[in-house]
Amino acid sequence: MMQRFRERPGLRLFSLMLPGGFWLIVFFLIPLAVIGAISFMGRDDLGSPTLPWTTDAYAQAFDPIYLQLFLFSMWLSLLTTLATLIIAMPVALFIARMPKKWRNLMIFLVMIPFWTNFLVRTYALLFLLRANGPMNNILMGVGLIQEPISLLSTPFAVWVGLVYGNLPFMILPLYSSLEKFDWTLIEAANDLGANTVKAFFRVMLPLTAPGLLAGSILTFVPAVGSYITVELMGGGKTTMIGRVIATQFGTAGNWPLGSAMSLILMVIVTLAAVLYFRAGRGERMAL
Amino acid sequence: MPDTPTADIGVELRDVVKKFGEVAAVDHVSLAVRNKEFFAMLGPSGCGKTTCLRMIAGFERPTSGEVYINGEAQGATPPFERNVNTVFQSYALFPHMTVAQNVAFGLEMRGVAAPEVKRRVGEALELVRLPHLASRYPKQMSGGQQQRVALARALVNRPQVLLLDEPLGALDQKLRKEMQLELKSLQTQVGITFVFVTHDQEEALTMSDRICVMSQGHALQVGTPVEIYERPNCRFVADFIGETNFIDGTVSAVNGDFATLKTAAGMPVTGRIGGGPDARPTVGANATVSVRPEKITLAEKAPESGVNAHEVRVFSVGYVGSDTRVVVKLGDANIDVWEQNSVSTLDPNYFFRPGETAWLTFKPENALVLTS
Repeated sequence: MMQRFRERPGLRLFSLMLPGGFWLIVFFLIPLAVIGAISFMGRDDLGSPTLPWTTDAYAQAFDPIYLQLFLFSMWLSLLTTLATLIIAMPVALFIARMPKKWRNLMIFLVMIPFWTNFLVRTYALLFLLRANGPMNNILMGVGLIQEPISLLSTPFAVWVGLVYGNLPFMILPLYSSLEKFDWTLIEAANDLGANTVKAFFRVMLPLTAPGLLAGSILTFVPAVGSYITVELMGGGKTTMIGRVIATQFGTAGNWPLGSAMSLILMVIVTLAAVLYFRAGRGERMAL
Repeated sequence: MPDTPTADIGVELRDVVKKFGEVAAVDHVSLAVRNKEFFAMLGPSGCGKTTCLRMIAGFERPTSGEVYINGEAQGATPPFERNVNTVFQSYALFPHMTVAQNVAFGLEMRGVAAPEVKRRVGEALELVRLPHLASRYPKQMSGGQQQRVALARALVNRPQVLLLDEPLGALDQKLRKEMQLELKSLQTQVGITFVFVTHDQEEALTMSDRICVMSQGHALQVGTPVEIYERPNCRFVADFIGETNFIDGTVSAVNGDFATLKTAAGMPVTGRIGGGPDARPTVGANATVSVRPEKITLAEKAPESGVNAHEVRVFSVGYVGSDTRVVVKLGDANIDVWEQNSVSTLDPNYFFRPGETAWLTFKPENALVLTS
């Protein structure tokens, strides 16, 4: 048995890949294939997918209304990624610059919200933003507005929800990049005549690019397909593609259309991610 | 430094103190580095030498006192506005830039035009003999090559002063020796003031025009390598630079430039009074005589002059080729004696043997009486 194992590297490789491969096949490839199959089916009067094969679902999915929703979702997710980046950078920098013994505590504090149900946290946000909630009170107290404005059910509310929910996924990879960063390099840049801003853009940013790329992908991808946040913060008025897909599998009862839109979304996001990583590769090659 | 004309001073520290919390890393240090000088700051780790360098570079601000570069008080001037450049101990080369991009960085930051940048980067790499590696990344190079890139990256800016923080610390022994020579000739070639931090006394002695010996935040002595070695002004400097013997005792007589101590065993030892004009020993005070091993001679018979002549017992003998290192017992104290093997012989009787008695002598002018 062992003898055969040694003589056949192919067999060895196969057995090593078995557990991971099994996982991928059962939980990823098969569901994907099912979705793929359904997307090419029609539906009966009750909404169940039926044969024969057809591309009707794709024809529907490329309707301008849905295309606009795709674009809007990408745009809002891009804004979300940018905002998390701008907020997460100083936080990650601050933690990375702390004495070692404090850093783990800080990261722990960043993680703590995960222990509370996401739904509950989103309801808390709802409470903060509602008409007679703290946000409106503050704005009125400062004198920026005269009477409560409706913040909920707007793209702004969805955006706030997405930024809030995804912030840790940006902070953690950024922090792990910054923690390894050699701060002497900033001194070297200063020494060679670069002020703080130049040192940041010429030295720090390129060298922390891997964390930045990872954080951006980890934020952007879930944001595009997010459902709960959109459902609650958008209140049915502001919607994103994730919610539309969920509706197709639920109340709308159009599984083929939902499947088709899922696959289109997947292709678009994958393409975006690949392009993004390719743009960042030049920087990372040297590391 | 009253004997130095101020016009010739490149860098000056005036009564500089730097505290980290309650601890004074640099404690009232004043020193002046002359233009185009190779100046070493020498001391054990934690003595404050690197902190001094960082204050000159602008990475740290003195708690009190002032740093002057070219006669101008630096105050809170940030590093990027000072006309000095640093070669870091870890080199701190930018890993995402090629060698050429690293070297060009300082020029680009100062807004030098592209063709000029290209020309000067080429010259700088020529200077450190690395023009063929311009397109490499730092991690693709050896430690010695990285060291040269770091030098080129700093020198290309033609700074007033080049600060070097243990630049040879990460290199192996052989490369270190080569780089010592190279660095020294480079300094002569470019005519830039070098302030060089090291804990390696041999490095400081061979390369420097002048040395500042530091300990526990204090600048103990500033002088040429010969002055530092032959006329250390305190026990720490005598001990830190080279090897020496200390013979402790009480001052029994002071006579012009010389003083005589009596050891606990009652033996008289005479030496030249060292430690500067304010350190004259007084009769009855505790003092120590510092005498270097190579300045002591051993003889089989008692010498004619009785000054600093003591009968001793040979404890151990170590033959190291160029000289023979003998340890003798003077009372309870171990005294190191290095006898130069100026005669080529195979005769075993030429050398002392452990257990033999011998006569130790040294001239008073070759020993120093130190009171601190």
